[in-house]
Amino acid sequence: MGKILTRYGDGFKVELSEDEVREDIIEGTNDAASRAGVDPLKEDEIEHLLDIFKNPDKVVSVEDGKEVVMTYDGMSSKIRRAHITIDRVQSLQVFERAMGADTLELQHIDYSYKPCKPIVGFELPDLDLLLNSTVAPVFYGAMPNLGLYSQPDGPCPNPADLLPLGKIDEAQKAYEEAVEHAVSDIVFVASAMYEGGVDGINIDTVGAAGDADFLAALRATEILREKYPDLGIEMGMAGEFVLGMHGGLEWHGQRLAGLYPQDQVRLAKEAGATIFGPAINIVTTNSLPWNIARSVTFCKACSDVAEIPVHANLGMGVCGIPLTLTVPVDALSRATKAHVEICRLDGL
Amino acid sequence: MGGVRTAGDLVARMQLNRGMRNDAAKQHVAEKLGIPVSDINDPIVMGELREDLKIFRISEGQGTVDGIAAKYNISKLLDLKINCVERFLKNTGMA
Repeated sequence: MGKILTRYGDGFKVELSEDEVREDIIEGTNDAASRAGVDPLKEDEIEHLLDIFKNPDKVVSVEDGKEVVMTYDGMSSKIRRAHITIDRVQSLQVFERAMGADTLELQHIDYSYKPCKPIVGFELPDLDLLLNSTVAPVFYGAMPNLGLYSQPDGPCPNPADLLPLGKIDEAQKAYEEAVEHAVSDIVFVASAMYEGGVDGINIDTVGAAGDADFLAALRATEILREKYPDLGIEMGMAGEFVLGMHGGLEWHGQRLAGLYPQDQVRLAKEAGATIFGPAINIVTTNSLPWNIARSVTFCKACSDVAEIPVHANLGMGVCGIPLTLTVPVDALSRATKAHVEICRLDGL
Repeated sequence: MGGVRTAGDLVARMQLNRGMRNDAAKQHVAEKLGIPVSDINDPIVMGELREDLKIFRISEGQGTVDGIAAKYNISKLLDLKINCVERFLKNTGMA
């Protein structure tokens, strides 16, 4: 066969031979397997992935019967940021009724729990309108975003200032103090939303500030599960690997730094999350066959051990989707098909 | 999965609020609807069924059951507590 048209991780096109695509798939899966300590893709899975790239159709899709549900992050800003002036509630009605979205997510444009806390009273009327005018399950979503608790933006000493000075203990204490603030804010906002009637809380981009960020999400989830047994809680990650910015933090005896998705999902379930979203970083200079094989390997290991639904975070720059604002549909649909069919995902 | 055009919202509820994985959630929804799993993604089958069950159908016509009323019916259908429905019943003294 002739050349296979695919792309790099930054979205730019590249033509590769079938042997080159196969070689990239094998390198990608081996890279993930060696990092996470999991099995690489089997030969039949590699062949299936190769077939997805060999398909000359512009758009591909999952086999009939393998459809999965969709959850979202930052959903009510998606239409607005295309410079379409539409109210948040209306934009979610468009998602539900025109686009067939399975779930809806209300969010504040400053998508972190800290800035949501002082304006939560102004979020509740919109939530009420949304719940009265839609049918699909409604989330309220935001990020722990621990960086907002460091000076000059927040109350805690800044670890990024302390670490270069060799003040390791002080930096670790600053992270620990920030965790307390973040847990308080997440629980405050989520409680207000539950009392307002929301179906679920999305704790998104978890671990963006490292292990302390992940700890804040786990502790908040644990508190919310105890407080509201019926509340749905989705925990979506920021990257494939929990960075050890603190290094010594533990939750229920488990050190958090260095955990990969197959362990992250176990802790998320233990804390009380009902949906988990692994996020696998993209390497922009490598091909999509390499990136997708790598991401599928991480996500398959996660899905294989998961006791709760797994919704891989297929978005701009994660899980094999090119790092670009306008994602090419050929790339998006191939990453989607590969993840759903090989990983046996529950959603995206 | 198609959301309210099919049974995507119903499967999503079982995942979100019961932590059920996709295959189990689809099976549960299909059993409650009384149809094969292969039909829950079909907008033709589900459109008519959603109208019959009063759980909201995308339609030009008037009279489709929407919002809290549709979710009340979904709650009974799936044997699942829906937060905003519970609050509606409590606030109206209908609980």
